[in-house]
This record gives sequence, structure tokens and C-alpha cells, in this order.
Amino acid sequence: MLSVFVFLPAVGALLIATLPRHRTADARWIALFFSTITFIVGIVIFARLDHAAEGYQMVDHFEWIRAGDTGFAVQYVLGVDGLSAPLVLLTGLLGLASVLVSWRIELRVKEYFAWLLLLETAVAGVFTSLDLIQFFFFWELELLPMYMLISIWGSGRPRYSAMKFLLFTMAGSALMLAGFLVLGLQAGTFDIAALTANPPAEALVPLSIVFWLIIAAFLVKLPVFPVHTWLPDAHTDAPTAVSVMLAGVLLKMGGYGILRIVLPILPGEAQDFRVILAAIAAFSVIYGAILTLQQRDLKRLVAYSSVSHMGYVLLGVSAMGAAGLSGAALQMFSHGVITGLLFIVVGVMYDRTHTRQISDLSGLLHQMPLLGLVAIIAGFAALGLPALSGFVAEFAVFAGSLQVHPAATIISVFGVVLAAGYILWAVQRVFTGPADERWSGLGDATEWYELTAMAAMLVFIIGVGVYPRLLTDVVELGIEPIALIVQAAA
Amino acid sequence: MNWYEQIHHIGPAFALLLGAGIVMTADLIAPRRAPVVALTILVLVAAGVWAIVQAASGIEGPALAGAVVVDRFALFFAFLLIFVALAVVIATSEGLARVQHRPEFFALLLTATGAMVLLAQSNDLIAIFVALETTSIAQFVLAGIARDDRSSEAGIKYLLSGAVAAAVLLYGFAFLFGLSGTTSLEGIAAFVRTGSDGTQLALVLGFVLVAAGLGFKMSIAPFQAWVPDVYEGSPTTVTTFLSVASKAAGFAIALRIFYGGLGGGDTFIAEHWAALIAVLAAASMCFGNAAAILQTNVKRLLAYSSIAQAGNIAVGLAAVAAGSVAGPSAVLFFLGAYAATNVGAFLCVIVVAERIGVEDVSGYAGLMKRSPLVAGVLALCLLSLTGIPPAAGFLAKLYVFNSAVQSGHDWLVWLVVIAVLNSAVSAFYYLRWVRTMVLDEPADEAPFHATAPVQAVLGLAALAVLFFGVIPTPLLDAAQRAAETLIIAPP
Repeated sequence: MLSVFVFLPAVGALLIATLPRHRTADARWIALFFSTITFIVGIVIFARLDHAAEGYQMVDHFEWIRAGDTGFAVQYVLGVDGLSAPLVLLTGLLGLASVLVSWRIELRVKEYFAWLLLLETAVAGVFTSLDLIQFFFFWELELLPMYMLISIWGSGRPRYSAMKFLLFTMAGSALMLAGFLVLGLQAGTFDIAALTANPPAEALVPLSIVFWLIIAAFLVKLPVFPVHTWLPDAHTDAPTAVSVMLAGVLLKMGGYGILRIVLPILPGEAQDFRVILAAIAAFSVIYGAILTLQQRDLKRLVAYSSVSHMGYVLLGVSAMGAAGLSGAALQMFSHGVITGLLFIVVGVMYDRTHTRQISDLSGLLHQMPLLGLVAIIAGFAALGLPALSGFVAEFAVFAGSLQVHPAATIISVFGVVLAAGYILWAVQRVFTGPADERWSGLGDATEWYELTAMAAMLVFIIGVGVYPRLLTDVVELGIEPIALIVQAAA
Repeated sequence: MNWYEQIHHIGPAFALLLGAGIVMTADLIAPRRAPVVALTILVLVAAGVWAIVQAASGIEGPALAGAVVVDRFALFFAFLLIFVALAVVIATSEGLARVQHRPEFFALLLTATGAMVLLAQSNDLIAIFVALETTSIAQFVLAGIARDDRSSEAGIKYLLSGAVAAAVLLYGFAFLFGLSGTTSLEGIAAFVRTGSDGTQLALVLGFVLVAAGLGFKMSIAPFQAWVPDVYEGSPTTVTTFLSVASKAAGFAIALRIFYGGLGGGDTFIAEHWAALIAVLAAASMCFGNAAAILQTNVKRLLAYSSIAQAGNIAVGLAAVAAGSVAGPSAVLFFLGAYAATNVGAFLCVIVVAERIGVEDVSGYAGLMKRSPLVAGVLALCLLSLTGIPPAAGFLAKLYVFNSAVQSGHDWLVWLVVIAVLNSAVSAFYYLRWVRTMVLDEPADEAPFHATAPVQAVLGLAALAVLFFGVIPTPLLDAAQRAAETLIIAPP
């Protein structure tokens, strides 16, 4: 089941790559077909998760690499639990949405959809791998599609942004690999479940160093200050679909890695450094929000707001309690759909207006009532209004961290205030206000592919907001064992 | 042992060296290109078949009065070297713009290959030196074979620096022989294990000199100065041979001397040269990558990259020294993956140079449109050199780094950190090249193709790179079995 979910997009990518030249237009339909099936498989996985069972479910397992009796063995092992199941669902959803919003791509269509599907495979692999080396394999596999997607189909300075993205990520993951190898040597296995059950008490180098080696990659990916600088560039220059994938699922790889690998395997060190993590988180929240306030470009605005919002994830993590960790996991899911939707809105708007400068836009609600409504709902969700998914997540994060890090939490709450500022300001400038003559000829979002993508995202935003237990039950199932481990190490 | 059994023990090398003579003579009878190439391929295939027969008949042990030994380690390299030589011979079907029809090219190639195969199975200081010099001299001539200024300069540079390296190596050998009173590696290993206290310093000095002499062959810093000029000036077919075969042979004999000759990783000398090799590895990676970023000529770029890659392999060598069980097989696995990758990359460079006369990275603009096969294989090989999955280079690096960590020394963890950060740096120039091929608009849209045999080799290399990147177990097993025979058991 999970193997199907992970490799189905890759099969689609292969199929597209072998299309004859005169049938390149079919690439869209093949991509749509495969991403839809993948999404359905994702829903089935999410729905079939047994809420009463412990540990990983639907495990696919065989030995992948064994080097004689040298002790180097890598397994192929995929599994889901309450932590990864929502992210599996999210990957399926955003994979489909990103194919839909790319419908109008005309440049190198075949290659584009092939890379997009390969990217989905890599991300799905990261969220379901239960062996450190396999995890790393998929983690690195994601680099190339992203690099190509940004540098070929991007705008602005795509090459610079793509290379910056690549070098930041690779530098981080390089350190992570060193950390993994040290852990693997100590435990004699790279199996995450085994390492979680028996976390190493000591290693070749001090565990605190291993902790920073590994978490470096995740902090770069999340991203938090001061390693966030690649994100605004990559987001701004990437095509819409790639921004959706980047904000929606790629950033979650960072948070997921911390929750899945760092906390359970190195709980003692995580406890030791939680104040530093909380400080980084609070600073990122405020710093990201202040930078967001200064943005004139809508896409950069959404991009910087991600830095701020992912700060909440780290804040929730740094609380090291069940509530905070659940909040972090919820925030990952809800930020994924909300920011994904915001990028879609910006992309749809840009398709029509060909500008993203806030100062150029005014009163678009007159021409695009539907798009405006969607943007307003997404914006309200992003600033954490009740009955939308953002509220549930941020509330849980703050509730969890207030006891542990009162100062950092109070500072971070101001991030919400700032978020209200930049989101309301942007919505007001762009959608309300007097109608601008320049935009009088614009049409609303009417294409089926745009509507489908936006509707799918809205269903999740409102659904989780109105009935949070849909998600929280599953998340708590996954977070509970992690919280127990971390608290035991306090 | 009968004389023919002796010959059977050095079969592949014997076939190659004898074949070199036959190719030379054949040209006198039929001075045309086709028969010479056909004969060369025949000789290589015969040597390969002989190696298979050796493997199948299970002969093992010393021959020629202990000068050589047949084991799986030697066979591993025999197959590797014959594969590389075959690829190089086939690459000449692209035409050798700068090399006129010269039968001596093929004869020298066979000589060099034969001597390398012999080198990999040498088990005695004198045999090692003779084999090493035979292959070196053949390669000096090969580097200068184009007889234009660049090639002649490359040949002379290679000869002069090679002569110095040989002298240093011989000096080191003299120390080892003088101390232990024997030229056989077993004897030296026994001496190292039991060696009296007074000889330790001299022994370390001897091994340092040997390391310097072999460092030249392995092209690790600071013995790398000849690499860029020689790689750039030599005909690219020769460069392919130098960067893959010659380097592999260098590492083969380094493993044989240091691992076998030192009696494993538990002797007093092991930690000395573990530290020494670790420093050289770090220097090679940092220097090679830093310099490669600045290059615009693809051959120079690949030259510096091969210095950096040698540094990666040397991480495995340091792991061997530090007593890592996985060390020797990691080095062998890396060399196998690296051979497929670099042969693929260089063959693409040859095709591009011959077809559109371009040796600058900027000239590769839009190659993906003009020749999807060549550009695709080259891109895959560059990704493999960077170490991005699912290419074989990823697992090769992973396995080497793992073996270093596995040795259980904390300072080797820091070497691994340096190595992985260097991989990230190398992504910059490898992917810049890929980007040029995929993204930039070509100056000239005319498509071009490689010749059918070269296409076949490119396809094979790409397949190997992908296959060993996803299913590495066959190569890992072969490397593992080869490595097991390496250690000389204490008497």
C-alpha cells in the first residue's frame, strides 16, 4: 500500500518521460491521472489507520543492502503512524493540486510533469521511510527535481535561487548524514523503530554534537533564522506549483524529521537544548513577521510568512510536551494547506494580472469575487481565526509552550498580531478598495483545474477547523509515544 | 609448479602483454585501423576470458616464486581494468582528431593495462616496482602521443613528475627492505608485527615515502600538481584511462601494501598512517573542489574533480588504516562505481569534443536538445560524482563514509564531516554543468550522435551507474569477497 503510494508518481514520471514527442500534451493527463490515484491511495491510508493500534502500520519491509558481515545493512521499510498519516494525506492533496495549477504550463511540458511527479515520490518517501539511510536517500532524491523545476520554469533569478536552495539543503543534509552514520554505528542498525526503542546512551562523538549535526538539516529545511534566506528566493522565483509543494510539504520534512528522528532518538539532548530551540523559534516568528510586513510582492509576502509560521512548529517542539508536539504536527498540516492555497491564489491572480506588486493591485474583489473570497478565507485561516484549521494548531502550540517557555510564547503570540497586520493589509489593498480601471477586463477564476485545486484545499481548511478531531485524533495517536519518550528524558 | 601453471597464474596480464607485441607486429603486416582495433579488442576479451577461467577454476595462492599472488582482490581489479581499457578502445571509434592512426597507441594501451593487472596481483616489492614502472612508462608515452604542443607538454610533465615519484617510492622500498631483509609483503608484514622498538621510526619513514610515491598514482594532494596539465593536454581517450585505470591501480597497490603489508589495522604503524592518509584525504577534497569551481575547461574541471574524488576514496583508505572492517570493500566498491561513472563522463566529453569541437563548459549549452543521449548520460554521471541518489556515487560515498565512522575513532567522524561538506560544495560545479546542458540555448541547433559502439558503452555505463545505485548488493558482495583475501593472516 505505502509502496504504491510512494512509487506511483515515479511510475507516472517514467511514463511521461517515454512519451513520443508529438504527444507531449498527454503528459498533463497522465500526471493528473497518477496524482489523483496517489491522492486516493493517500486518503485510503489515512482512513485505514487503526486508531487502537500502537506503532507503525501498513509496514512494507525487506532488506535492501547488506554488505557481507561488515554490519552495514540498509532496510527498505515503509510505515505510517499518526504523525506521518496526515502528512501522507497532505502530500497526496498537494501533489494533485500542484498538477492542477500547472495546467497552463507550455514550456517543456513533458519534463515539467515528470519532475513534478518525481518530487512527489521523493517527499512521500521521506514521510514514510523508517530507516535512516532510506530516509536520507529520499531526502536527497528531492533535490534534483526541485533544482530543475525552479531553474527551468522559474522567473526572476531562477538559477541563483535554485542553486541557493540546493547548496543550503545539501550543506544541511551533509551534516545530517554524518550524524546518522554515528548513530548507526552506535546502535548497529539504521532502523528508526529500533533506535527509538533503544536510544543510544553515548556515541563516538558526544551526543550533543550528533544532535546538532542532525537537527541542522531540519532547521535549514523548516526553515528558521538564520538559515532561512534560501526560502524567500526559492519561493519567489519558483513556478506556482513548486511554491505550493515547497511551502506545503517540503518545509514539513524539517518538522517531521525533528519529530520522527531527533526527539525520539536523542530525547536527552533535545531536552538540554530546548531553551535554545525556543529562542530560535520565537525569534523566527517575530523576525519573519516583521520582514513579511515589509514585503511589496505578494509571493514574497506569503514566503516570508512561512518563516514566521514554521517558527510556531519549532516553538511547539521546544515545549517537549504532548500539547506542544501535537500543536506542531497540526500546524505542519494546516500551514501546508493554507499556504498552499495562498500560493495558488497568488498564482491564479498573477496569470491574469501579470503583476504581484501589491501597490499595482486594487479592488480586485470587483472583478474576481470568487478568488477574492477564497483569498480572504485562506488569509483568515493563516492568521488563526477560529473555525479554520490554523486556529486549532496555533492554539495547541501556545497552550503547550506557555508553561514551559513563558517568555518565548508571549513573544511569539505577537507574531499572530503581526500576521493579522500583514494579511489584513494585503487583502485590503488587493481585493477591497476602489476598482482599478486597469483591471476592468479581468475574469474570475473559472477554469475547472483552478476551481478543483482551490476547492480541495478549502475542504480541508474548513473541515479541520470545524471538526478538528478528524485530524487531532490521528495526530495524538502518533505524538503520544514521542511525548512519553521526551518527557521521560526530562 | 609447471611453467604453464605459472603462466596460468598471471594469465590476464600475460595475455595483455603478449597481445601488445602481437598488435605491434600486426600493424607491419596489415597497416590499417580496423584490424588493429579488432585485434586489440580480441586481446582484451581473451584476457577477460582468462580472468573468468581463473575465477572459475578457483586457483589461488602465490606464483612466480612468490612475486605475484592470485586472489579475488587481483581478479576484481583485472575485471575493472579490462573493462576500462575496452571502453577506451571503443571510444577511439569516435575518431581521434589529434591522434593519427598509430598502432602503438593500442599496443601501449595493452601494455599499460597488462602491467596494471600484474601490479594488482604483485606481492613483492620488486614485482610491484617493475609493474608500476612498466605501466607508468607506457602512460608517459600515451600522454604525449598526439605530438602536438599540449600533448608533448603533458607527456614530459608526466614523465618528469612520475620519475620523481618513482624515485621516492624506491627510496621507501629501500627502507622497508633494509629493515626487514625481505622484499615480500608477507615478510614485511611479519616484521612489522614483531618489529623491535629501535626500528619504528625508520619503518614509519619508509611507509611515508611509499605513501608519497603512491600518492602520485592515486593523485591525492599534495602529489596532485601534475594532474590538471596532463589531463588537459593528453588526448581525452588517454585522460580517461589515466583518471580511471591508473588511479584504480594506484589504490589497488596502496591497499595491498598498507593493508596486507602492515598486517591489518592493529599494528603500531597503522594509527600513524591512518592520520597521515586522513590529512591527505581532507587536503585532496578541499583543494580539488575549491579549484574545480574555478575551471571552465571540462577536462581541467574533471581533473580537479578527480583529485577531490581521490580524496573521497582516501577517506576509505584512512578507514582501512584505522581498522574498519568495511574499509577495504568500501574502497573497492567506490572504485567500481567511480570507474563506471568516470568512463561515462569522459566518453561524453570525447564525443562532444570530436563532434562539435568544444572543450569549454559554456560550449555544452543546450546539449540536451542536440544530443539527448550524450547529455543525459553525462548528467547522470555528474550527479553520480556529486553523490545524489539514485546514482551509484551516492551509495559509494555513503559506504566509504560509513566505513570511516565504523572504525570507531572520533577524529574520523570529523574527516567525514569535512567530506560530506565537500560533497555539498562539489554540487555547485557539477550541477552548474548539468544546468548549462539542460537550460541554456545552444549556439547551434544541429543534432549529433555518437557512433553506435560508443552509444552502447554509454548506455552500459549509465545502466551500471543506476543499477549499482539502487541494487548495490552484487558489487558490494564482489568487493567484500575481494577484500577478504587481502589481509595476510599472521603465521
